[in-house]
Amino acid sequence: MKRLSRFRRHKAAAPLLLIIALLGIGGTFSVASATTANETNAVERSTLIEEGRQIFLKGCSSCHGLNAEGVSIAPSLIGVGAASVDFQVGTGRMPMADMSTQAMRKAPVYTEEEVAALAAYVASLAPGPEIPGMELLNFERDGSTAEGGELFRNNCAMCHNFAGQGGALTQGKYAPTVMGVLPKHIYEAMVTGPQAMPVFNDKTITPEEKLSIIKWIKSAEAEPNLGGASLGRVGPVTEGLLAWTLGLGLLIGVAVWLATKAK
Amino acid sequence: MTVEAKLGQVANYVDERTGAAAFLKKSLKKVFPDHWSFLLGEVALYSFVILLLSGTFLTFWFDPSMREVVYEGDYQPLEGVKMSAAYASALHISFEVRGGLLMRQIHHWAALIFMAAIVAHLLRVFFTGAFRKPREGNWIIGIGLLTLGIVEGFLGYSLPDDLLSGTGIRIAEAIIQAIPVVGSYLSYFAFGGVFPGELFIPRIYIVHVLLLPGAFLALITVHLMLVWYQKHTQYPGPGRTEKNVVGYPLMPMYMAKAGGFFFIVFGVTAFLGAVASINPIWLYGPYNPGQISAGSQPDWYMGWLDGLVRMAPPIETYFFGYTISWNILIPGLIIPGILFTGMALYPFIESWITGDKREHHLLDRPRNAPNRTALGAMSLTFMLVTLINGGNDLIATHFDLSINQIMWGTRIGVLVLPPLAFIITKRLCLSLQRADRELVLHGRETGRLLRMPSGEFVEVHEPISPEKAFILTSHEQLPALDLPAVDARGVKRAGALKNKLRARLSKANAEAVPKVSADDLKQIENH
Repeated sequence: MKRLSRFRRHKAAAPLLLIIALLGIGGTFSVASATTANETNAVERSTLIEEGRQIFLKGCSSCHGLNAEGVSIAPSLIGVGAASVDFQVGTGRMPMADMSTQAMRKAPVYTEEEVAALAAYVASLAPGPEIPGMELLNFERDGSTAEGGELFRNNCAMCHNFAGQGGALTQGKYAPTVMGVLPKHIYEAMVTGPQAMPVFNDKTITPEEKLSIIKWIKSAEAEPNLGGASLGRVGPVTEGLLAWTLGLGLLIGVAVWLATKAK
Repeated sequence: MTVEAKLGQVANYVDERTGAAAFLKKSLKKVFPDHWSFLLGEVALYSFVILLLSGTFLTFWFDPSMREVVYEGDYQPLEGVKMSAAYASALHISFEVRGGLLMRQIHHWAALIFMAAIVAHLLRVFFTGAFRKPREGNWIIGIGLLTLGIVEGFLGYSLPDDLLSGTGIRIAEAIIQAIPVVGSYLSYFAFGGVFPGELFIPRIYIVHVLLLPGAFLALITVHLMLVWYQKHTQYPGPGRTEKNVVGYPLMPMYMAKAGGFFFIVFGVTAFLGAVASINPIWLYGPYNPGQISAGSQPDWYMGWLDGLVRMAPPIETYFFGYTISWNILIPGLIIPGILFTGMALYPFIESWITGDKREHHLLDRPRNAPNRTALGAMSLTFMLVTLINGGNDLIATHFDLSINQIMWGTRIGVLVLPPLAFIITKRLCLSLQRADRELVLHGRETGRLLRMPSGEFVEVHEPISPEKAFILTSHEQLPALDLPAVDARGVKRAGALKNKLRARLSKANAEAVPKVSADDLKQIENH
């Protein structure tokens, strides 16, 4: 100890101690929190992040800035989390086709691996909502359709319509249909609140309730049209249109036929 | 005994006790004119019969109660959800009663067709001037039936107590509350307290299945008896006058036609009920005042009203602690009130303008009454613009438009387009009159070109048939009323302003292209 104590007034002592303490805390934390993470994973992760950064620089940085800090035409992506990237890029909304109203769902531009790399890169900038794992998304097991329906009508139907067909918002914006959307994307949308959508965090709607909503959406999607042609599941407008065109149109046709035959 | 003899015995038995033979002999020979547009009212009548039959079927299972129940039926996505007994029984009819969903859909499709047929019938009566003396009263009854139909349809839409139903009732409550001073009291009275309460389903049920159908039956009976008594109008043509009816007898011609047509109307509604989903209440979920769906719309016959409310600017004023919501009051009550009153009074307004107090049994061709036709086109344009705004959200999403743009477009359109439609239609009518005149004077263009010896090319015109020429020239063209401001002795007449207005309207109304006279024809023949 004496030999060590000789250096206690050394000018490098304080910084060294600080480094040792930080490494100690960090090491303990990483061992305690991420027992599975080993060195090769970390390496893979850093290459994934690097890949993501390269894709970002080529495809996204022109609007979002070289460091994802955002510029006047596009928001900063620092802290939006992997879930947001997975939703926006995975559903084809990003990169945007045009910037007039809102990003439209379309065929994704990037492959799943590229989306994962982008998500890893953006997540590495600052913590944010994560992509829900397959284990979490077991809505068939953990959700309840009826409860999901109630939650959907309470929280979602005012924009997305009673049957999830979507609806209009102000100034050309719209709530898109929720039919044919991957469960993880529905979950991510609720967690991140893309575009005009509010964020439904785990306090507003718990993860189990989110699964119930997904289960109800999937059940509505799979439900056959019990009454015949669905007419878009958008309510009385299409019904009225059909009543006038096919209904009264057919009857007027018959009336004309009845009246001409008499001659 | 032969079959005829047996039938004769039965007929004799009935006649001896009721004296029906004389009545039937006369009635069965009654003549009706033949035209497809005369069958529009029949479509409405037959859909009403279908509504009575299918509606009665639905009452066997419908439970008009707002008692809260927990759903335990066949439709899994609502399993265990709390709802009213009314909604649960409507689901029961849809999923567990044999043929229940088909009957519900037939009932709803028949209701939409009923209203569409009423409107189409009304348009036919309006544009052909069939409302003129002696049929003004029957016109008013017709307007009454239209109004009742709107109310009856709305109540039926509200009964299943699904999310869409409740939303409609909520808007109705807002319109009731918008009535100045007494609005909130009326709302409390109608709902038995605060909305939604537990009373309105049983209340509107009894109005929907008893009170209004009873009123319908009474009014339809009077409507038809008046048609019977006043006889049917007919389109102008050779041999048709204001004193006769040219057509076919009720028996066997119209008995067969009308009977067959009833089944066709039933067939079309049943076909729609079988192949096209209407009001899928199970998807809407039970009503809960805290919930709302995007794209909540009324049925089409209320769509114009919804459109008016949607385009109203948010104006409210406060008087001595009372709020007057002009944004609901004007589109929800004042404009419909003016429209329906104006519609009901139109026969009297028109006869005041034309000064024509004679009976009319011959119909007008719409082009020969340009002002009336233009007024009809103007009203239709108004209705269409407001109807479009009623569906503005769906138009926005389906045609990639902005809902705000549609709202502003219809706000401006509802003021600009109807007058424009009036002017254009009136010009079109006058042009058609001119075309008729040309046709009578110079005949039909055959498209055959002749080269004259001089080298000139001319198109051969073929004279039209005398029947056609009669139709094109038989209408009368009334001169404008002469209403001088001073009488023969130079004294100023009473009601100068009223007379001035009347003279002005009458002058506009009498604007026409002079029809071909005998002199014109003679001149043409000589030349």
